[in-house]
Amino acid sequence: MQASIQLPTDPLLQYLLRIGDTCLILGQRLGEWCGHAPIIEEDIALTNMALDLIGQARGVLTLAGDQCPQDYHEDQLAFLRDERDYLNPTLVELPRGDFAFTVLRNAMVATWLKLLWERLRDSSDAELAAIAGKALKEARYHQQHAADWAVRLGDGTDESRRRCEAALARLWLYTPELFEDDAIDAAARASGLGPAASELREPWLAEMREILDAATLAPPAETTFRSSGRRGVHSEHMGYILSEMQYLQRAFPGGAW
Amino acid sequence: MNATLEATRTERAWAVLDAVPDPEVPAISVRELGIVREVLDHGASLEIVLTPTYSGCPATEVIEQSVCEAIDAAGLGPARVTMRRAPAWTTDWISEDGRRKLRDYGIAPPGPTADGSAPIRIVGRRAEAVACPRCGSAHTERLSAFGSTACKALYRCVACKEPFEHFKPI
Repeated sequence: MQASIQLPTDPLLQYLLRIGDTCLILGQRLGEWCGHAPIIEEDIALTNMALDLIGQARGVLTLAGDQCPQDYHEDQLAFLRDERDYLNPTLVELPRGDFAFTVLRNAMVATWLKLLWERLRDSSDAELAAIAGKALKEARYHQQHAADWAVRLGDGTDESRRRCEAALARLWLYTPELFEDDAIDAAARASGLGPAASELREPWLAEMREILDAATLAPPAETTFRSSGRRGVHSEHMGYILSEMQYLQRAFPGGAW
Repeated sequence: MNATLEATRTERAWAVLDAVPDPEVPAISVRELGIVREVLDHGASLEIVLTPTYSGCPATEVIEQSVCEAIDAAGLGPARVTMRRAPAWTTDWISEDGRRKLRDYGIAPPGPTADGSAPIRIVGRRAEAVACPRCGSAHTERLSAFGSTACKALYRCVACKEPFEHFKPI
């Protein structure tokens, strides 16, 4: 079996991994809908958005790999890290759930990524700024699409509304993590690489309130629960998604076709 | 040889790129698509600078390969492709010829891109008016926000009843 790679504990590298892993893991989750979406238009939409996210992950992970002394390739970072070395927030690794869950998560993550890419256009790293310039256009389209569906389902039938409320109650628990600062955020902000997590909280809440208002849904009350994927401490679901993603490269090192 | 009458190597390369089709929308060339930023003559080699369309567009690698092959086949090589991400590609860079060819092929070309910093409108949004590439009617409706490739959405013409694809403005 192909052994795991070891990463330096550089906060700026970890900042990049948090972004790249968010795109990578959500892209994988959305790809799971291929052949399973409720209507064919959404089968196409979810896989198209997955493709955009994987493309964004490739850009950011390539940049992260260049900053390692071992000059890792994007595929090594995507497929040969141990679970604790993935730094995506727990929110994106939760199983895909039903369509309401996927739509509401997409609205939350696309809104968050859109705000992040907007800020990253001014990154001190020219390559990251260039990736952000492209990704921003894609995230805006994703946010629009998810928001349209959130309104349709939230303000829809009794059944669609019931499912939206259940999804929202569960997803909301995992959102405070997106905005919690730590030493990685402080280093990124100080160097000009990108904003600290907390800087996106107010604009995110404002845009989410607007979407939820239009969907006649109410944001749930905040709880004391805190997820910790951005620190590498994941939910029980992370191991399963990684084993599916990594199986081939672990069993057949360097396999290509 | 009279240099003023003979096309330069880079001019000839641009002409070659005008005939390299986009692998997913073969009606138009990579040059008409607006992804060729520069052609640089380094003497020993020719450098073609491309800007990718979408982050995850699977055609990007095929385009690199077909560009190199076309330049080499025209005797202008060896060619190498480099990627320039900034500024990000926009459909505003699709040429007038490219737009006409898209329409003739049955794909509604993109309108001008919207303000990329405007907030997302959730309610009360008016659908973008897209003219049917077949009959020209503006009485069309969107069937799907996403289509067979990353760059397109699906529409239907209410007047002539034909479905068609729309190149999304980004």
